[in-house]
Amino acid sequence: MSIDLSQFHQVFFEESYEGLDIMENGLLQLDVNAPDAEEINTIFRAAHSIKGGAGTFGFTIVSDFTHVVETLLDEVRDGKRSLDQGSQDLLLKSVDCIRSLLEALQAGSTPDTNSSDELKQKFETLLSSGSSPNPAVSSDDGGSSEEPPKANGWKVLFKPQPHLLMTGNEPVRMFRQLIELSDGQYHTEVNIEKLPSFTSLDPEQCFLSWTLYLHNPVEKTEIEEVFEWVLDDAEVVIEAWSENLKSEIEEQTEKDEATSSDGPVQSSETDSLDKTLSSEDSKEVTKASGPDKVAVKAAPAKESSSIRVSIDKVDSLINMVGELVITQSMLGQLGENFDASRIQNLQEGLAQLEQNTRELQESVMKIRMMPISFVFSRFPRLVRDVSVSLNKRIELVMSGEHTELDKTVMEKIGDPMVHLIRNSIDHGIELPEIRKQNGKPETGTVELNAYHQSGNIVIEIKDDGAGLNKEKILEKAILKGIVDENQNLNDEQIFDLIFQPGFSTADQVSDLSGRGVGMDVVRRNIASLNGSIEVKSETGKGSQFIIRLPLTLAILDGQLVRVGEQTFIFPLVSIVESIQQNELELNNVGGQSDVLKLRDEYVPIVALHQVFDIQTDNKVDEDEKIIVVVESDGEKIGIVVDELLAQQQVVIKSLEENYQKVEGISGATILGDGRVALIVDISGLSKLSGASNKTIESNRHQAA
Amino acid sequence: MNATEEDVIDHEELDTEQYLTFIMDGEEYGIDILAVQEIRGWESATPIPHSPPYMKGVINLRGTIVPIMDLRARFSLPFQPYTEETVVVVLKVATDSISRTMGIIVDAISDVYDIPLENIKSTSLADNQNSRFIKGLVTVKERMVILLELEKLLTLD
Repeated sequence: MSIDLSQFHQVFFEESYEGLDIMENGLLQLDVNAPDAEEINTIFRAAHSIKGGAGTFGFTIVSDFTHVVETLLDEVRDGKRSLDQGSQDLLLKSVDCIRSLLEALQAGSTPDTNSSDELKQKFETLLSSGSSPNPAVSSDDGGSSEEPPKANGWKVLFKPQPHLLMTGNEPVRMFRQLIELSDGQYHTEVNIEKLPSFTSLDPEQCFLSWTLYLHNPVEKTEIEEVFEWVLDDAEVVIEAWSENLKSEIEEQTEKDEATSSDGPVQSSETDSLDKTLSSEDSKEVTKASGPDKVAVKAAPAKESSSIRVSIDKVDSLINMVGELVITQSMLGQLGENFDASRIQNLQEGLAQLEQNTRELQESVMKIRMMPISFVFSRFPRLVRDVSVSLNKRIELVMSGEHTELDKTVMEKIGDPMVHLIRNSIDHGIELPEIRKQNGKPETGTVELNAYHQSGNIVIEIKDDGAGLNKEKILEKAILKGIVDENQNLNDEQIFDLIFQPGFSTADQVSDLSGRGVGMDVVRRNIASLNGSIEVKSETGKGSQFIIRLPLTLAILDGQLVRVGEQTFIFPLVSIVESIQQNELELNNVGGQSDVLKLRDEYVPIVALHQVFDIQTDNKVDEDEKIIVVVESDGEKIGIVVDELLAQQQVVIKSLEENYQKVEGISGATILGDGRVALIVDISGLSKLSGASNKTIESNRHQAA
Repeated sequence: MNATEEDVIDHEELDTEQYLTFIMDGEEYGIDILAVQEIRGWESATPIPHSPPYMKGVINLRGTIVPIMDLRARFSLPFQPYTEETVVVVLKVATDSISRTMGIIVDAISDVYDIPLENIKSTSLADNQNSRFIKGLVTVKERMVILLELEKLLTLD
């Protein structure tokens, strides 16, 4: 009977990724000079379970590779080897390598083994260089082991107790591991003496015992490891076995094969065992493992994203539903024989129902929330790698890792943060000698902080580096024609310039120390999450980037506005102010587009009914129309609407799901009365209005 | 082995599909009944900016945003004012691994027919603009029914 293992693949991948995270974190925290035994154990265990899982599911590429990693860790654990910077780097690289192998396997593609083979080679060189430089000599230079760690060959007697199979252990798998260890140079003998007659055979019992001869020098501990799990359920004797017995035994093997092929009745299981094990030729072994690989490829490339939810959240959800059911049955009873005197009870019941519903909604939303440590956890590695490559000394301080954030937001905020942190290290923090000269500690600090603030999540990235160079930014901006030479800008406005697209060209890297490279992309990504980014900086003391994000993408704080018969929703975060038109000074530029003079700024005016081609109502006098001033990508526009309605939280629904993307619209929602209202995409609208202004212009020309 | 393969082919030849038919401008059109999710009355839809003239807007269908298409406008037939009796057929069609739900406005629902696949005649109305929406023609009770290709119909252009 075969079980379709593919159903467990998803779990295996998730657990392995978790294991890799554990390894990575452990390795980063490890002090190579004085490694903590418990930490090394943790790393080792993670590697071991990845290897075990990969072996079980037939991902031999992963298990083979992880094996060398594990061996190295094992030697460190046993005190046979000390860690150094180089091996730590190598181990970290191996984590990346295993991750990319797993990702390829998960996607159903064939993993690229070039880099893994290369890395594996390095591991093997490292392993052979240390504890036993000469494998031919049974050396003791490991010091601690009494047995010679290697011999020319091994004789392994494996005599399982009948109940071995019931414990979930599979001899075939162990033997395959042994075959791999001996590079296919092996032969076996099977003892079928205890095999009962076919009628009394219980296929779930194991009646066979085996003697395996490995012809290759292998570490004894590696063999022991194979049987690690079954020591209680089997008799295992491992003896050194000399090479010169080989020929003699080969003869015997031939005899064995002859007997086994026309031997007594064998269960199908022993049959298949024999097939695998009696194949002297290593080629056949590769063939035997062939189908596994095919199966891996054939597995559908399912990419179902899943969340691991803490049981507490599920429990509270269940409690909430329980209460809802109670309220519902109470209301049901009330409805059965209702009279006016019981209206008080009804009102109470409805209030309770409302409360339950709201709590339920909150709990359901919480399921999507995950601690931001999922994003933060990748940064220690980033900081380490970048600082090593730049010869800088940096300490990363993180706080608020437990602050929770919607999973979709989390997935999208990672890249902008990587960019900001890399910038802080690369361009913010000075080299140790310069820091020393300036009277700062040689080690720079990058602080990451996350916290909740009035329905938003705030993420701060702060460094104690040189700070932004105002003069240079301004100089560059004038050169680029982004600002006018005579314009007076305050600090905030100057720092804001680094988010201008003009600053992201490559030639900036040298003279503006690259601070602005790609910052426009960072801002755009954050804006696409309905969030904002702000920068503070003080020369010589450091810079601080503050990202504000909504807690979830599914709900938006919206301002409802009316245009003609239709209701639109503006995201509240983009609204700067709303002004009645008659109080304003409107200017006409070139007789075509209107501009609003707002204090010392000129803001272009966009009439929503024109852009979206809506019949406006004549009920509202031109002068009584409202202009909503909104800001997006650092640009303000004024949008003319008929009326401001309520502010409320709206649930965002996709228009693209059944229709398609609409320019100037980011989604839809359902209002209290069941009608659909569209949510305005502010940045899309300002682009669109630019286009529509041109259309108006050309129409007028045509008319003229 | 051969026998079973032939059986399958035979079976397929005898296979029928069920079509829901509706009337528009005096003609009877048929759509695969498996794609029909529900039939509703007309309710006002929220217009979508910059949409083609045949898109009437979107409605809220139990929490899902569903676009509604006027089939008369899609076929460039003369406009008919909507009334309480105007029918919206909500269709669910899977194209290239995504499935879309859309409503189409038709004049009236007519009937459901079992149509043997072999009876469907292909058309060669090459120069007709609407022919790309047509899967084939079939005669039922001596009347012509135009079977529609839903995937094409619901693909926006």
